[in-house]
Amino acid sequence: MSTATATGTDTASKPRLKTSAMIASIAAEGQRTKPAPFGHALVELAKQRPEIVGMTADLAKYTDLHIFAQAFPDRFYQMGMAEQLLMGAASGMAHEGMMPFVTTYAVFASRRAYDFVHQTIAEENRNVKIACALPGLTSGYGPSHQAAEDLALFRAMPNMVVIDPCDAHEIEQVVPAMAAHNGPVYMRLLRGNVPLVLDEYDYKFELGKAKLLRDGADVLVISSGIMTMRALEVAQRLEADKVGVGVLHVPTIKPLDTETILREAARTGRMVVVAENHTVIGGLGEAVAGTLLRAGVAPVFRQIGLPDEFLKAGALPTLHDLYGISTDAMAASIKGWL
Amino acid sequence: MDTALDTTPLGHNVPLAERAYRIRRNALLMGEVQGQGYIGQALDIADVLAVSYFHAMTYRPEDPHWEGRDRFLLSNGHYAIALYAALIEAGIIPAEELETYGSDDSRLPMSGMAAYTPGMEMSGGSLGLGLGIAVGIGLGLKRKNSDARVYTLFSDGELDEGSVWEAIMSAAHYKLDNVIAIVDVNNQQADGPSTQVMAFEPLVDKLEAFGWFVQRVDGNDMDAVVAAFDAAKTHPEPKPRMIVCDTRMGRGVPFLEAREKNHFIRVDAHEWQLALDALDAGRTA
Repeated sequence: MSTATATGTDTASKPRLKTSAMIASIAAEGQRTKPAPFGHALVELAKQRPEIVGMTADLAKYTDLHIFAQAFPDRFYQMGMAEQLLMGAASGMAHEGMMPFVTTYAVFASRRAYDFVHQTIAEENRNVKIACALPGLTSGYGPSHQAAEDLALFRAMPNMVVIDPCDAHEIEQVVPAMAAHNGPVYMRLLRGNVPLVLDEYDYKFELGKAKLLRDGADVLVISSGIMTMRALEVAQRLEADKVGVGVLHVPTIKPLDTETILREAARTGRMVVVAENHTVIGGLGEAVAGTLLRAGVAPVFRQIGLPDEFLKAGALPTLHDLYGISTDAMAASIKGWL
Repeated sequence: MDTALDTTPLGHNVPLAERAYRIRRNALLMGEVQGQGYIGQALDIADVLAVSYFHAMTYRPEDPHWEGRDRFLLSNGHYAIALYAALIEAGIIPAEELETYGSDDSRLPMSGMAAYTPGMEMSGGSLGLGLGIAVGIGLGLKRKNSDARVYTLFSDGELDEGSVWEAIMSAAHYKLDNVIAIVDVNNQQADGPSTQVMAFEPLVDKLEAFGWFVQRVDGNDMDAVVAAFDAAKTHPEPKPRMIVCDTRMGRGVPFLEAREKNHFIRVDAHEWQLALDALDAGRTA
């Protein structure tokens, strides 16, 4: 890859990084992690709920569903590399009273199989849980594997609940919450050794609830997924510069907790920054913007997210710097806006 | 509507030909209500539906969600007019709802949807969905140790959809002998004759190569359809079952059979009564 020319930091002087394999963890070096939180949480839940089955399209190993498959081989269904079939068959399973947890990559669920999710699962309001790895920009393979628009697509689908968890601590809680909700759910999945962050914030996931993880007088970051992790790091860094950064974590993208968002955004004197690992079109940023505008709440508003373009291939740290969603780039953007 | 026509469901022990006649008549009456409809398809598939609902399938008309029922999936949702006609004849939908077909607030929309209609098990219409759902239902029934079967009707045009072949491959992989699929080969799809839009023959060879137990019959020959359904239910091999039904658009109404073949057969306002008269003239019961 040539030197970065777009919006990010200068990478020309750094050693050239290698594109990480898809199985690699999103965790930064030295970060606390937990292995396969989705797979282990699903196994625990499935012990209590015999109606749970696991289904995948040739990606059990890469979505941590292999943990479930090993624990419950007779409740695991390999549907082959056929995402349209995967969704239709999951609908059929749910039709018969099963609760399928379906896994693939986010690009394939959202782009390849969209009509099948729309018609056989969402329109029929079937009790299917879709958990997808490689959400947003978490693969260096280029647009074929980068689901920059998955939240926009699934937000637009009636009946669909959309969740973007931050870390292993949250994923463990999201899995039973998905099952407790009667209806289709889409969850962005972090797999492998998943960062562990929110356990230090006395955090509890509640479906449909935004949570203020820390308060700050100057900036309110509204974020979901891995961007909440980054926002917390940014907040710690800017504290040293006497800049108070609050972080409102919004793991449920739909239904959106507009009440909490409006209450926090309406506090005067704070710039609102929405940070998302997603294209700036149709995701959390525009959902929050619409919420504020409809309520007549008009803070200074900024968006951190992926640009409306096909993203490059390369190493994730390089790409996250380039597109402004790394901790460094995010801190620099916010400081520049103050 | 001609109020002299009695649409009250009949009791047991009624010949299948009479059932098929009444399904065709229900469909024509619905077409007349709406002034349009996929009547060519409804007429071609009436014999298959008569065999499905009055010979092959187990169900309870008063309890459409009875757990032990055989499931019937309508993948080609635009055939809803035909399925409603059969569901009315089966006593699952009250006959008086026939005149609401395709109207605001009706339980009988033009394209079939699960949430609207008793006895409609899936939302079809986006073609290529039904067989995949059938695979999931087939797997689910086996998980429950149920003896119920899942019947799936789809159209020859749907053979163009890749998802249909994904489902065909997986049904054989999972040895889903509780799946009975029926493909209506009327050789008409939106842009013309199905075999010309996208060649799908030799269909039996292809399906057999995919691991299915396959029969091909004249879908308007009642005895042949009955025999095919019987064989599909009793075949000993652990394979999914496909019945390829060659049918004739407009079957039972000679002037519609003779009309230039189209996916959407045009019927003028004055012709609905003529069609009912022609159907009556050919009544065999």
